[in-house]
Amino acid sequence: MSVSRFWRKQVNRYNLIGTHCSECDEYYYPPRNMCPTCRRDGKLEPYKFGGGGEIVTYTIIHTAAEGFEHQTPYVLAIVKLDEGPSLTSQIVAKSEEMSIGMRVKPVFRKLGEGSDRGMIYYGTKFIPA
Amino acid sequence: MSVGIVSYGAYIPRYRIKVEDIARVWGDDADILIAGLMVNEKSVPDLDEDTATIAVEAARSAIVRCGIDPQRIGAVYTGSESHPYAVKPTSTIVAEAIGATPVMTAADFEFACKAGTAAIQACMGLVGSDMVDLGLAIGADVSQGAPGDALEYTAAAGGVAYLIGKKKSELAAIIEDTYSFTTDIPDFWRREGMPYPEHGGRFTGEPGYFKHVTSAANGLMEKIGTKPSDYDYAVFHQPNGKFPTRVAKMLGFSKEQIKPGLVVPRLGNTYSASCMMGIAATLDQAKPGDRIFATAFGSGAGGDAFSITVTDRIEEIRNGAPTVEDLLKDPIYMDYAMYAKHKGKIKLA
Repeated sequence: MSVSRFWRKQVNRYNLIGTHCSECDEYYYPPRNMCPTCRRDGKLEPYKFGGGGEIVTYTIIHTAAEGFEHQTPYVLAIVKLDEGPSLTSQIVAKSEEMSIGMRVKPVFRKLGEGSDRGMIYYGTKFIPA
Repeated sequence: MSVGIVSYGAYIPRYRIKVEDIARVWGDDADILIAGLMVNEKSVPDLDEDTATIAVEAARSAIVRCGIDPQRIGAVYTGSESHPYAVKPTSTIVAEAIGATPVMTAADFEFACKAGTAAIQACMGLVGSDMVDLGLAIGADVSQGAPGDALEYTAAAGGVAYLIGKKKSELAAIIEDTYSFTTDIPDFWRREGMPYPEHGGRFTGEPGYFKHVTSAANGLMEKIGTKPSDYDYAVFHQPNGKFPTRVAKMLGFSKEQIKPGLVVPRLGNTYSASCMMGIAATLDQAKPGDRIFATAFGSGAGGDAFSITVTDRIEEIRNGAPTVEDLLKDPIYMDYAMYAKHKGKIKLA
């Protein structure tokens, strides 16, 4: 990911800031520019999620993408936040700790890095609550 | 008007390696090392943890503990000798991740193991002069020790954040005064681009640690007219267990006074967080009215001494975030091979 592309949503990744449509009371993460339900009638506002959520499903990665090879095996999961939206996140936990429905909370971690010379990407992962 | 601690927060990674596991690899006698260093194990960062992530977690803990609006923070200073970038501040990452930006100042500090307390002093000045409402001073490190070097037995990871303010109703502890003693001494250094520090062996002891800690501590007590018996607790920089125990005795403090803050046997040396972690562990159990004497040390070299009095407010905020004891519980132990991987000691071509 380019430095500028990461930076545009950096605050959202750091602090789980998405959007809330005050018209239909729907929450979105990542943030949306337009409410897909209300369209032009939607009233979107930034919303900082509480961070609590539960595991919808998860998988254990043994064959990782470039940059993550030395972290295997690691857990990748779909987390449903308490306000409603779901997101994909790495879970800082051993595979034997994982279960569907498990409660999780956010932590601030390195998401990756460009190279030894590149930018370090920080953001939110989750741990068992 | 008094300046003091509005809140504090600590963070310690869950991983630990025992001294005996490191000693086994290098053929050293673990029993002699444990007895000599008074350190049994040390913390190790996860693969995705560094000084910035640790500083953020400590800062968030300090904010959650007292429930203040982070927009009130006018200065964020992070002290470390292991900032992830050579050029680009850790403090801007922290400030963004706690929601303190954009109307604020930020900078990174470096002074070996006392960069965090230097940040506290800077915040005291800014808050005391009404330049900012609240200042956030952090000491955080993922310190380095070269494979096989004596430092490898103690160089650990952790961070502590102190929120400095002056509104009387918000102060959990008043910092009565501070005093520093600083000289230029090459007892420990790391050159630009080098992965591991160099040190002067025993040279770091008498002319480094002991001279600067005793001079700063005696200087402060003389300045404000106190003596060791006036304090309920004392904390000294803890690169190992032996140095703070010995310096406490030299200064006239008892083993009981330093006991609550002496976390190094189960944690190792968290460098910029070391003395600040000891103060946090002491605040975790101090009662209103208790007095704490603390002296940090940083190679290079300097000592920062503080005289602190705990207020009634401590009881209201104490349980708002994990204590140092909570963070020391339930560690995950790793062997030297995994430790080497976590610390980036295995270099791939």
